[in-house]
Amino acid sequence: MSGYLPIVLFLIVAGGLGVVVMFVGAIVRPAKYEKVKFSVYECGMPSLDENRKRLNLRFYIIAMLFVIFDVETVFLYPWAVSFDMIGLFGLIEMILFIVILVFGYFYAWQKGALEWA
Amino acid sequence: MVLAIVFTLIKILIIVVCVLTGVAYMTYAERKVIGHMQVRLGPVHTGPMGLLQPLADGLKLMSKEDMTPDMVDKPVFYVAPFLGMVPGIAAFAVIPFAPNIVVADINVGVLYVLALSSVGVYGIIMSGWASNSKYATLGSLRSSAQIISYETAMGLSILGPVLLAGSLNLKEITEAQRGLWFFIPQFVAFVIYSISAVAETNRAPFDLPEAETELVAGFHVEYSGMRFAMFFLGEYANMYVVSSMCAILFLGGYTGPLLPPLVWFLIKMLAFMFFFLWLRATLPRLRFDQLMNLGWKVLIPIALANLLITSIVVYAIRN
Amino acid sequence: MNEIFMNVGFWVLGITAVVASLFMVTRENPVHSALWMLLTFFAVAGIFIQLDAEYIAAIQVMVYAGAILVLYMFVVMLLNPKSTGFIKVPAKVILGSVVALVLFLQFVMTLMGTGVIKSAQMSGMNLPEGLSNVKAFGAVMFTQYIVPFEVASILLLVAMIGAIVIAKKD
Repeated sequence: MSGYLPIVLFLIVAGGLGVVVMFVGAIVRPAKYEKVKFSVYECGMPSLDENRKRLNLRFYIIAMLFVIFDVETVFLYPWAVSFDMIGLFGLIEMILFIVILVFGYFYAWQKGALEWA
Repeated sequence: MVLAIVFTLIKILIIVVCVLTGVAYMTYAERKVIGHMQVRLGPVHTGPMGLLQPLADGLKLMSKEDMTPDMVDKPVFYVAPFLGMVPGIAAFAVIPFAPNIVVADINVGVLYVLALSSVGVYGIIMSGWASNSKYATLGSLRSSAQIISYETAMGLSILGPVLLAGSLNLKEITEAQRGLWFFIPQFVAFVIYSISAVAETNRAPFDLPEAETELVAGFHVEYSGMRFAMFFLGEYANMYVVSSMCAILFLGGYTGPLLPPLVWFLIKMLAFMFFFLWLRATLPRLRFDQLMNLGWKVLIPIALANLLITSIVVYAIRN
Repeated sequence: MNEIFMNVGFWVLGITAVVASLFMVTRENPVHSALWMLLTFFAVAGIFIQLDAEYIAAIQVMVYAGAILVLYMFVVMLLNPKSTGFIKVPAKVILGSVVALVLFLQFVMTLMGTGVIKSAQMSGMNLPEGLSNVKAFGAVMFTQYIVPFEVASILLLVAMIGAIVIAKKD
């Protein structure tokens, strides 16, 4: 537990750095409001339609697959660390775990969920 | 107790200043190295051999107007640069630069770095959404999809060294490589890690989110001055983090003959940083579908197969 | 000294978690909600670290903040919902909430009296000497709790297939 105090301090210093650079910048930099300057950037043209477009469904599938693979990877870490303690049993168990997920992976591939074009 | 805290704070400040200097001179090195690779000179006018260029850049960024366009979502717009910068810098808390130079020697160092890098994606998503601009939205979506795709491959490739060392503590992983650096038994993982490290940091040839020719810098297009500098800082600090992790996981960290440990560490880390620059000068940018195919259809299966083979071989050798 | 430190840490993190989650459910804008949720996750991860559960804290950040919340963000951007303003809360809902709150407090107080809560507090797991947290976790999970672990893999498989079937109607 006490090993984490330096990390808390580090996070505070890193965040404080951001505050400091913003503050120092605020002293020296100009601030002059102009309507056109503060409009949304679109190569000098007035914006055509709404800027937050609905995004493609593919991004959702990618994020969903990522959640599953992320959980899988997270399970693998304690396994890798305790590998010398759990022996053959652990090895077979993990092969089984990966094989089950590889089925899902190939299903995703077959259904074209990994295609982008 | 108070003395210990002050002592730690001094250590942290020294490391942060070193990181900032490193980031500043990385931009100089980038321009200089790529310049010479393309038979140009790079910056030469500011100071001897252009060595004061980063300082001039810093002053320029600081004196630029801080723009907050009218259409943006203000709170999110202001928080996003912090989410982009803090994780990159805070990751250095667990990096062992030498046997006795490490701020926090925690048991789950690898997971800490991975967790911070997975938080870094929020800076990108939030800035893209808050900017309320087409370029920013497109850039941030591409970028975050790219980062999460390669995070899986990266996580799986890191498992190889973790399995060999039997620990998540970065110092223990380094010490486990006294005899043999892990990039020899784990060469496949090393290659996968290197590729996904480049993709994770949005660097060429995977710099689609910032593709200046089509997306005019992507997610941070609406940011200016110091806020832009914070994103920039975060990105370059992240490059140092993935380079340090590469040195620790595969190249033996601070171990090595003759020279002091710190020097060995820096040599390995900077060698990987040079690799970043070299790639940028050499390879053309990938298309987005090629990028996704490489991540999902090539790197992930190879990383899984590598892990299975490694675990079987390790079991066979140990018994 | 350390004791005080632990307590201060717990209160700071606990209050942050509760306040952030309150903000999360009351924001009109889904992206603001997601940001507050992120803060809640960090605070909870901090509490886990205080309990010496480093691995769980890392999972909290990597999986919940790093993956699941990213998915939420994508869904929010996918649907691009327009803010509808505050929904008027009918009087009977407020009345019902008050009654529920009173009953809940009574329930908690009764439980406090019987000592159930006290015995449910963390009793501190006995780790084998010289083992790191994650290693001990792995050793237990892959021997004693093997069945739940394998079931989890099936669950992940089902989730993956389900997501693809829903998203890819062809």
